[in-house]
Amino acid sequence: MKLPDLTELALRNLRESLLRNSLTTVGISVGVASLVAMLSLGTGLQQLFTRRLAKSGLFDTIYVLSRREMRGMGREEERNGPIPGESRVLDEAARVEIEHLTNVSEAYPDIRFATELRFEDKPHLTTVSALPQSAQSNDAFEHMQGSFFASETAPEAVLQKSFAEELLGKTPPLGAPEPSVSELAQPLIGKELTMRYAQREVTPRETPETRGIAPSDDSVGTSYSVVSREQKLKIVGVSDLDPESMRGPARAKVFLPLKLAESLHVMQPTDLREISRAASDQPAYSSISVRVKNPSQIQSVEDAIKKMGFTAFSIVDASRSLQQVFKVLYAFLGIFGSLALAVASIGIVNTLVMAILERRREIGIMKAIGASDADVRKLFFAEAGAMGIFGGVIGVILGWAIGQVINFGTNIYLKSQSIPPEHFWAVPWWLVGFAIGFAFFVSLVSGLYPADRAARLDPVQALRYE
Amino acid sequence: MGDALIRAVDGVSLEVPAGEFVALLGSSGSGKSSMLNLIAGLDTPTSGSVIVQSHDLAKLSREELAKYRLRAVGMVFQSFNLIASMTLIENVELPLRFAEVDRRQRESMAREALERVGLKARVDHRPSQLSGGEQQRAALARALINRPKLLLADEPTGNLDSHTGTEIMNMLRDFNRDLGMTVVMVTHERALAERYAQRMVFLADGKLAEDRSNRPALGVQS
Repeated sequence: MKLPDLTELALRNLRESLLRNSLTTVGISVGVASLVAMLSLGTGLQQLFTRRLAKSGLFDTIYVLSRREMRGMGREEERNGPIPGESRVLDEAARVEIEHLTNVSEAYPDIRFATELRFEDKPHLTTVSALPQSAQSNDAFEHMQGSFFASETAPEAVLQKSFAEELLGKTPPLGAPEPSVSELAQPLIGKELTMRYAQREVTPRETPETRGIAPSDDSVGTSYSVVSREQKLKIVGVSDLDPESMRGPARAKVFLPLKLAESLHVMQPTDLREISRAASDQPAYSSISVRVKNPSQIQSVEDAIKKMGFTAFSIVDASRSLQQVFKVLYAFLGIFGSLALAVASIGIVNTLVMAILERRREIGIMKAIGASDADVRKLFFAEAGAMGIFGGVIGVILGWAIGQVINFGTNIYLKSQSIPPEHFWAVPWWLVGFAIGFAFFVSLVSGLYPADRAARLDPVQALRYE
Repeated sequence: MGDALIRAVDGVSLEVPAGEFVALLGSSGSGKSSMLNLIAGLDTPTSGSVIVQSHDLAKLSREELAKYRLRAVGMVFQSFNLIASMTLIENVELPLRFAEVDRRQRESMAREALERVGLKARVDHRPSQLSGGEQQRAALARALINRPKLLLADEPTGNLDSHTGTEIMNMLRDFNRDLGMTVVMVTHERALAERYAQRMVFLADGKLAEDRSNRPALGVQS
């Protein structure tokens, strides 16, 4: 029999005992729905974590250091590469070169320094760090109060929560509940901070005579001086989390726009070491943060930077092992989801065996007028397959609906806990196809035995049956 | 039932020339239906052979027997055996589906066959909406649809009143006479056999009791 005929006859037979076949189909769809629900929960959670990790900036950032900074770290490339003193300086030219590598979205110098900030005439000593505008997508600023810098050069500052507590004198004792960010931000935003810092200033060329020292070959002639300066900053925001959580003790508590910080020429620790270069307007950077467009490209970019003669490192292995964890989670969710489908497949076997008993005579008639064993087998197969496809489609819709309801419910709960809503549930297209295909496959397997039994029915016996 | 072998037909040797109208007679349990099932390829003999159109059915595989039933034989039954969930035209074209005949061709062939048995107006009715005579006529149309050379009838009038029974018998006779079909009919009504069959074969306890030719009273209407 040809496939269209087979399908037509199968659908007709399914309609004949509509209630029983519908119930079986519902059984399959519940099975598929549970499979879809489980796997979409897995997918949703994976996407959620990946999104979170991407936002944290930990997995798309490479830290680049000059090899001069790495003295004594004992890294392999230090031993094999050029000796630190001769290796390349991490300056503006190097930064631009790195930024032009493929797959790099930006490269910015890490500027950080300890300095004194005055607020309402009280001095506070803290670490200040510069941030590019792109940092506002970092999840640390997701729940910040106030706003991010208006521009890269605006004389503005964003405070970290603990520093805000310090300014207001509200640092809670250990173990006591912390004040909320909005509470802290309210009296601070719009207020002014005065930052006192040490500026590195290139001094004009001096003649040896004026200094009374005999000229020597290694006096290059340029020099710089350190001048104390003040910069007024407007507090525009207070952030809850720490964007530099991985920096440990070197964390900054106050953040400035990157271009503003660069223009201040604040004295950097490297300036002491690179004394000859520090005199120029293009200073060496202690380190550069490089952000790649996609975390998967991090290794190739890292290799390219190493080839340029710098030391580079990133956190990439953490996300890899996380993928591993999700694969295991997926397998478990899949197995649990499949259980209901396995139960449903027994329903298919039952329904079809019942159908054979009921349609014994019909099978006999078909055989008497020329149906082959194969025709009868295919017909029962087609009926099982049709139930599988129907069940699969309904199940996917059902699973998707369950997901929407749970998503909705969870988000209401999250909102009541003042946590922003999240998408835990994702039904990707491959899952839709897989679920329907799997239901079809399971149905066919369930149809194997009934179809074979129907095919082997003796026509003489079957025709005698009333 | 058990495993004991019951010889429904035993030691019967029968040769039917093409184009003959043969009646198989006997009381119930005489083995006439079993004999018909053997000729129809629905059953296979434990020993011996059934040769139809130079093919030994005893040696055919299940698949080949199905093909034989589809192409070479048409069959009608006492209880009509139409499929209740299908309309007449669907019932009639069912063998064509198994024969993988093209859909459009199938429909016109089925209509033509139903027209021949006078059921043109009933094509979209279900069997339950029809009288017994109409159902048997539809079954005849189905039996003829693949143009077989051999028509087997198992008590074709057993469930019909005498008037509609005669109608069906006349149709069988016409197919035999006009289309040159060989007809083998099982019946227990001797009068019916005498009226239509050219040859009467009597079976008793699975053995051939009598085999004699008969001059049918052709054209007799009751």
